[in-house]
Amino acid sequence: MRAILSVVGKDRVGILAEVSGICRQYQANIVDVSQTVLQGFFTMIMLVEMDTGNFLQFVDYIQNFGNENDLKIHAMHEDIFKSMHTV
Amino acid sequence: MIEPNDIVETIKMIEEDHLDIRTITMGISLLDCADADIDRSCQKIYDKVLGKAKNLVQVAGQIQKEYGIPIINKRISVTPISLLVSASGGDPVKYALVLEKLARELHVDFIGGYSVLCQKGFASGDLALIESIPRALVQTEHICSSVNIGSSRAGINMDAVKMMGETVLKTAEATKEQSCIGAAKLVVFCNSVDDNPFMAGAYHGIGEPDCEIHVGVSGPGVVRAALARADKSLEMNQVAEIIKKVAFKITRVGQLVGNIASQMLDVPFGIVDLSLAPTPAVGDSVAHILEEIGLEQCGGPGTTACLAMLNDAVKKGGVMASSSVGGLSGAFIPVSEDAGMIDAARSGNLTIEKLEAMTAVCSVGIDMVIIPGDVTATTISGIIADEAAIGMVNHKTTAVRVIPAIGVPAGKEVEFGGLLGSGPVMPVKKSSCSVMINRGGKIPAPLHSLKN
Repeated sequence: MRAILSVVGKDRVGILAEVSGICRQYQANIVDVSQTVLQGFFTMIMLVEMDTGNFLQFVDYIQNFGNENDLKIHAMHEDIFKSMHTV
Repeated sequence: MIEPNDIVETIKMIEEDHLDIRTITMGISLLDCADADIDRSCQKIYDKVLGKAKNLVQVAGQIQKEYGIPIINKRISVTPISLLVSASGGDPVKYALVLEKLARELHVDFIGGYSVLCQKGFASGDLALIESIPRALVQTEHICSSVNIGSSRAGINMDAVKMMGETVLKTAEATKEQSCIGAAKLVVFCNSVDDNPFMAGAYHGIGEPDCEIHVGVSGPGVVRAALARADKSLEMNQVAEIIKKVAFKITRVGQLVGNIASQMLDVPFGIVDLSLAPTPAVGDSVAHILEEIGLEQCGGPGTTACLAMLNDAVKKGGVMASSSVGGLSGAFIPVSEDAGMIDAARSGNLTIEKLEAMTAVCSVGIDMVIIPGDVTATTISGIIADEAAIGMVNHKTTAVRVIPAIGVPAGKEVEFGGLLGSGPVMPVKKSSCSVMINRGGKIPAPLHSLKN
């Protein structure tokens, strides 16, 4: 399956590395990344490919990581975006 | 990759504008559970519903997590129970109790279908079920009841209208210790639909397959937010275009969730109900959409026109987004469930008479309206008859779900909690219609029912 990861939070060293590390831990292959810093806010959107079986645990883990590190992280199946924004 | 702006828009709709799937409703036919022995019939219902819906809540939870879209309610609708009563006889409340047991064991939010379809007259089982409604609703928490008393094809069964005025009052009295909540789970319909996923009026029609999955979407907050961003100088047709685009996106999510739930549960997909269903949460109000279009407050002049446009644009946008649209589909205006409607009712801007006009151009009817506790049964019947007449003549679904506030002092508000919300008691005209209601009989079907 393909999932979209969005990460928003106050910019600091290592956010991209930490999130990528979690992806690696769950065997999530990063297919595409778009990242920028806007007015001091780190904003990243990542497209990852992974086993469906791992995904729910991955969601739990990465959201927990976000909560503990003051980052707003969403991990959602790609299809919700595709269905909403393509005809 | 999908455009970052689109990703951010979707997340914002969910996080800030309350976009959600209001309900996944599993419709289950109970026709094969009918038995001449009521206890055997109840056992068959228990076994069938448990078998079909055992994974419903778990699957909904999984979809919610995987796709990041909140799924608020998990519900079941069943064949109108009056049909089973006609086969078994006995006390219909036994059916309500077995359904309540199922709701608790399956952890679903509601089971709908404690229902009667009597638009053309009473079949065996119908009268017994209507008589049992107050007892059934006082003994259960999760059961919803509906009675269809009219249709464009059959006219209005005025004997049923009279009975339902009395039944609404008795149900409110029976549950007066719990804010008369029984009446909030009882709705009287004209032109009810067989595949409605929304409560209190959901039941599984006899023309439906054995089991299917319906989805009801929500998203008044998303529409309001889109209009808030738009220029106030836009012409009305441009406003309608914005609503259509948002409705398309909302409905696509419903279609996606319905398809996935159907695959995971191995049950055919029924319909998406593309209604705008409000919640009492701030920012999730249909009234606020109307105000965003350009009204100082919902209920004032211009309200019906704005609502007509909103209702139509929602359908036009949504219909292309789904392979199968059904249910009620349109804008809902349940007063106690909508923060903007509650405010408008408090200020006196929104009256029952204005609501009646609004129901001629939108989904459903006089919904979740709290009326004085000293109202007579015939007055409630009069409200039901008026709504049914609008539905009958306009070939649309209309409904009445009023809650007589028994024992609530004047000026006090009634609090139901949860999605049912709260609200002020709205005044009802005192002029009596008892002679008309007591005539009974039928209002004949309108001429345009003869379409063949």
